[in-house]
Amino acid sequence: MIRFLLKGLLRDRSRSLLPFFTVVLGSALTVIGFSWINGAMSSMIESGARFSTGHVKVMSRAYAKEADQAPNDLALAGAGGLVDELARDYPAFDWAPRIVFGGLIDIPDERGETRVQGPVAGLAVDLRSPSSPERGLLNLDKAVVRGRLPEQPGEVLLSDGFATRLGLDPGATATLISATMHGSLVVQNFVVAGTVRFGVAVMDRGAMIADIADIRGALDMDDSAGEILGFFRDSPYIRDEAERAAAAFNLTHGGDAGEFAPQMVSLHEQSGLAQMLDWATQVYSLMLVCFILVMSIVLWNAGLMSSLRRYGEFGIRLALGEDHGRLYRSLIAEGVIVGFLGSVVGTALGLGVSYYLQYKGFNLGSMLKNASIIVTDVLRARVTAESYVIGFVPGLAATFLGKAVSGIGIYKRQTSRLAKEFEA
Amino acid sequence: MIRHAPLPFLLAAVVGLAGAVGAATAQPPDGAAVLRRVDENMGADSKVTTSEMIIRGRRGSRTVSSRSWIQGRSRSFTEYLDPPREKGTKMLKLDDQLWTYTPASDRTILISGHMLRQSVMGSDLSYEDMMEDQRLVALYDAVIAGEERVGDRPCWVLALSSRGGEIAYHTRKIWVDKARDVVLREERFAKSGKLLKTTEVLDVQRMKERWVPTRVIFKDVLKNGEGTEFVVKAMEFNAEIPDHLFTKASLR
Repeated sequence: MIRFLLKGLLRDRSRSLLPFFTVVLGSALTVIGFSWINGAMSSMIESGARFSTGHVKVMSRAYAKEADQAPNDLALAGAGGLVDELARDYPAFDWAPRIVFGGLIDIPDERGETRVQGPVAGLAVDLRSPSSPERGLLNLDKAVVRGRLPEQPGEVLLSDGFATRLGLDPGATATLISATMHGSLVVQNFVVAGTVRFGVAVMDRGAMIADIADIRGALDMDDSAGEILGFFRDSPYIRDEAERAAAAFNLTHGGDAGEFAPQMVSLHEQSGLAQMLDWATQVYSLMLVCFILVMSIVLWNAGLMSSLRRYGEFGIRLALGEDHGRLYRSLIAEGVIVGFLGSVVGTALGLGVSYYLQYKGFNLGSMLKNASIIVTDVLRARVTAESYVIGFVPGLAATFLGKAVSGIGIYKRQTSRLAKEFEA
Repeated sequence: MIRHAPLPFLLAAVVGLAGAVGAATAQPPDGAAVLRRVDENMGADSKVTTSEMIIRGRRGSRTVSSRSWIQGRSRSFTEYLDPPREKGTKMLKLDDQLWTYTPASDRTILISGHMLRQSVMGSDLSYEDMMEDQRLVALYDAVIAGEERVGDRPCWVLALSSRGGEIAYHTRKIWVDKARDVVLREERFAKSGKLLKTTEVLDVQRMKERWVPTRVIFKDVLKNGEGTEFVVKAMEFNAEIPDHLFTKASLR
C-alpha cells in the first residue's frame, strides 16, 4: 500500500511537490526557531548564573527581599562557617561567597584632586584562593584584555571600556568611593592589575572585579558576604535538583525566624527568571501552533486543488468499489508520507542552519548596550535532542490536518451519480 | 538669590516681637517672627561642639563621636574621633562645597551631586542635611498652623514652605517651644508631600544665653532602623577658631 502511494506521489509530482516544500519550509523554520530560543534562553541562564544568580543562591532573608539593590547592610554574617556547612551538606555544588557593591571610581590627578569619576558596579569574589572556582566561573583568564589577574592584596580588575574611558592603564591607582555595610563613606585606593572584557554588556559597561578579602576590609564586612552562590559541579543547571536543594536547606534553617537567617533560592526563583522562561515557552508554543495552522491552511488549499485535479481518479476508484473511508484514509496516508519526507528534509535543513548559528552566533552587542539583564552579546542557537524531532510536529500535524479537511469532499461523492458524471 | 534683611531691621524686629509675644499671648504671633527667633537662638559667630551620634540600625547600634568647629553658617570643620575605623576622617564645609578626607586613602574627595544624599557615617543624617547653612527664615515662608504641647512644653506649630530654589525639603512642619524658641519636633517633606525625615528633641539645656537642644533623635523615614540619636557633649559659643582650619590643607 505504502509502495503504491509512494509511486503515485513520485510519478505525479504536482500532487506532492507543493505540500512537500511547504512542509520542508515549516519544519526547517520550526527547528531553527526552537534551537534559537533554546540557545538564547540557555545563554541568559548560564551568563546570569555565572555573574549573578548562581544555580542556587544563599542570602539573608532580609537581603533576599531587596536583592535587586544588593543591600550589604543586610548581608550574611559568619559567611565562612556557612560556606563550610554548605560544602559539607551539599557536595554536588561549588560554593562561592560574593559581595555586590556599587559606588564611584575616582581617579586622582598629580595633586591628589579628582581628575575624573565614573559610576562602577562592583563584584567581589574569591580571586586569590587556589581552591576558588571563581576564575573558571567568570572565565577570567580569557577575559583579560590588558595587564593580568590580581595577585596581590589591593589589586583589582576593571572592565576594559570603562578603564579606557577613565584613561587608566594597568598599574594605575583607582579610588573606590562606596559605603560600608554600616553606611559610612568609604574611600579606598586600589591598583588596577588588568582590564577585562566579558562580552556581557551589563558587566562591560563599568565593572570592577575585586578580591573578596579586600572588599570585606574596605566595606567593613568582616566574615560577611552579600550572597553565596552555588553551582552544579559536574553539570549545567538542573531545575529539579536546585529546587530540591533549596527546599532542604530552607527546611533545615526554618527554625530560625530572624530576618538575617540564611535562605536558599534556586535560579528560577530569582530576578523574575521563572516568568521569563515561562514566557519564552509560551512564545515558542504559540509560534508552533501558528506554523501548524498556516501550514494546514496552505496544505488544505493544495489538497482542494489536488482533489479537483484528481476528481476523475477518485470517481473511478469509487466506481470500482473502493469505499469512501478507504479512499479518505489513503489520501491522509499520502499526506502523512509527504509530511514525513518533508519533515526529514526540513529538519535536516533546519539543523544545518541551527548548527551554523550555534557555531557563529549573532552579535547583538549594539542592541544590548543599555540592557539591564545579564546576557552575552553574542547569542547562539543551541541544538539539543529535541531539535531533531520538533520539526516533525508541524510537518506531520499540518499534512494530516490539511488532508483530513480537504479530503472530506470524498464523502460527498454519491456512487449512484458516478455513471452520469462519467457520461458528462 | 536670597536677600537678607538689614541687620538693624532684624534686631529691631526681634526685640519688638519678643516684647509683643510676652504681652499678648492670646494673639498668635507672625510665623516669620517666630522663625527668626529660632534662628537667632541657634546662631552664633562661632562655636566648637563635641558630640556623639548613636546610630541605631537593623543590626544593632554604634556610636560615632566627633568634634566640630563652626564659624557663622557657611564654614565648618569636623574631625571624627571614634570608632577607630572612622578616627581621623575629616570634613570641611565652605559655603556650598563639602570635602571629606580619609586617612586610609590619603584622598580628599569633594562630595557633590547624588553623593550629597548619602548618609553621614550610616546615620539618618545626609550630607545635604549638613550642608544646610542658611537661616530657616531665608529659606522658608512660615505660617502659624496651631498650638500643641510637646511633652509638657507649649509650642507653636509652624508650617514652612520653600521660597524656591534648590532645597532638600520643600516643606517642613516644626513645633517651636513658645518660651525657649527651640524646635522640639520637626517633620520634613519632599515636594510630593512625602514625609522624609523627622526629628524629636529629647533634652534642651541652657548654655550661656541660649537654649540648646542637646539630645535629638533624627529619623530617616525611608530607612529601617530606630533613628540616630545626636548628643551634644559640649558646646562652646563664640570660640576663637583659627582661619587656617577652614582650608583644604587642614584636612591632611
